[in-house]
Amino acid sequence: MSGEVPKIRLRGLAKAFGEKKVLDGVDLDIRAGHGMVILGGSGSGKSVTIKCVLGLITPDAGRIEVDGRDVLSMKRREREELNDRIGMLFQNGALFDSLPVWENVCFKLLAQKRITRAKARDKAAEVLAQVGLAASVGDLSPAELSGGMQKRVGLARAIAAQPDIIFFDEPTTGLDPIMGAVIDGLIVDVVKRLGATAVSITHDMASARRIGDDAAMLHKGRIVWTGPASTLGATGNAMVDQFARGEREGPIQMELRR
Amino acid sequence: MLNPVAAIGRAVLAACRTVGAVALFALEGVSHLLRPPFYGRLFLKHLAEIAYFSLPVVALTAVFTGMVLALQSYTGFARFNAEGAVANVVVLSITRELGPVIASLMVAGRIGASFAAEIGTMRVTDQIDALTTLSTNPMKYLVAPRLLAGLIAMPFLVLVADILGVMGGWLIGTTKLGFSSGGYLKATMDFLEVMDVVSGLVKAAVFGFVITLMGCWCGYTSRGGAQGVGAATTTAVVASSILILALDYIITEMFFGT
Repeated sequence: MSGEVPKIRLRGLAKAFGEKKVLDGVDLDIRAGHGMVILGGSGSGKSVTIKCVLGLITPDAGRIEVDGRDVLSMKRREREELNDRIGMLFQNGALFDSLPVWENVCFKLLAQKRITRAKARDKAAEVLAQVGLAASVGDLSPAELSGGMQKRVGLARAIAAQPDIIFFDEPTTGLDPIMGAVIDGLIVDVVKRLGATAVSITHDMASARRIGDDAAMLHKGRIVWTGPASTLGATGNAMVDQFARGEREGPIQMELRR
Repeated sequence: MLNPVAAIGRAVLAACRTVGAVALFALEGVSHLLRPPFYGRLFLKHLAEIAYFSLPVVALTAVFTGMVLALQSYTGFARFNAEGAVANVVVLSITRELGPVIASLMVAGRIGASFAAEIGTMRVTDQIDALTTLSTNPMKYLVAPRLLAGLIAMPFLVLVADILGVMGGWLIGTTKLGFSSGGYLKATMDFLEVMDVVSGLVKAAVFGFVITLMGCWCGYTSRGGAQGVGAATTTAVVASSILILALDYIITEMFFGT
C-alpha cells in the first residue's frame, strides 16, 4: 500500500466479552474510495470490528483512526459529526417497524432537520429509485416488504444522507443468488456514485469478489491475510483459500459444537 | 463446594448493581428531557398511548372497585351500625390508595409490557444500533419521551379513576344500599380533603414514571432474541408492580405517617 493516509486504520484492536477474547489485536488499513471486504468464520469478530468503528462497542484496547484522526479520543460532538458521514446497512435491514418506508429512508435527514417532513417524501422517492424501488413503496410499512426489498430500503436509508463511509453487514445473507447479485450491483453503483469508502463483512465469496477491491481475512480475532478481493480462492494463503473454496480439510479447524 | 454465604453475597451484589444501573439509566433518560433536540411528536404519541388508550381499562376497573368497596364496607359496618360511613370509606380508599394503585397496576400490565416488548424487539433486531448510526441518541429518542409521557399521563388517569370509583360506590349506595343520592354525595364531599386527592396524584406521577422506566429499562437491556424479549416483558410488569406497592407504602408514610 502506498504512503497515503488510509480512510480507516485499525491498530491493535482488542475486545473481550467476559473470558471470551473476540478481537485480539486487529491491524487493518482501509483505502479511501475503495471497497474492503472482511471475511471470516462465524464468531471470528467481523461484526464486533465494525461495531467498534461505528462506536456501538467500545474496544478494550487499540486505536481506530478515520482520516488520520483518533476516533476513540474524540469528544461527543466530534464523534456525532463523524457518525453523520457514516452509513450502515444492517444484516437484517434493521428498519424501524413503527415508521413507514419513506420515514425510514429519510430518518437521518429528518433527525438532523436537514429536510422538512413535507419534502422528505419526495427525497425518499428519489433515493428509493436509486435502489430500484418504486415511489409507492415509500408508503408501505417494513413488515409488508420481502427480504430483498428490506435490504434495498436499508441500503436507501444508508445512502440517503450521502455518507463517505458505508458499512455493509452481510448484505446478501438470506437472499436468493439472483437477488444477492442485484443487491451487490446496487452496492457497487451507489458506492461508486458517492465516491464512498465501503467496508463489507460477508461469508458469500461471490459477493465478496463483486463488491470488494481489497479483502482481509479475520481468524480468531486477528487479521491473517489482506490482498486483492479478485484473488480470493487463489491467494496462496492456505487458510484464506480453504475458506474461500469452502473446503472441510485445511488449516482452519472447525470447532463443532455439541 | 457450594458456599451459601458467597451465594447470598453474589445475589446482594447483583441486586445492588441492577439498582445502580437502573438509577443511572433513569438519570440519563431525565437528562435528555432537559437538552434539545426534543421529540414532541413521539411524546404526544406516547401520551395518547398511555392516557387515552388506557382509559377504558382504568375506567372499568375503577368503577367496579368503587362498587365492590361500597358493598363490602356496608356489609362490615352493618355489624356495628355504622353504615353511614360507607361514603367516607369509599372516597378515602379510592382517592388515597385504590385509585392510584389499581390504575397503575393496570397501566403496568398494559404499557410496561408494551414498552418492554417494543424496545426489546428493537434491541434484538439491531434497530437501536441503527438509531445510533443514524445520528440519533436512542435514550433521547426511545426513553426520554416515554418517561415524560408516563409522568404526565398517570395523574390524569388516576383523577378519572378517582371520580369513577366514587361514582361506582355512589351507584351501589343509591341503587342497592338505600342511600339517598344527595346524602351520599354530601357525605363524600364533607370528608374529602384536598390532601387526599393530592397524595393520590403524587403517587400516580411517581408510579407512571416507574412503569415507563421499568418498561424502557427491561426492553433496552434485553438480550437473546424472542425469549429475551419475553423475559424482559415479564420482568417489566412484575418489577413495576412490586415497585408500585412498595413506593405506595413509602409515599403514604410521607403524607400520612404518624
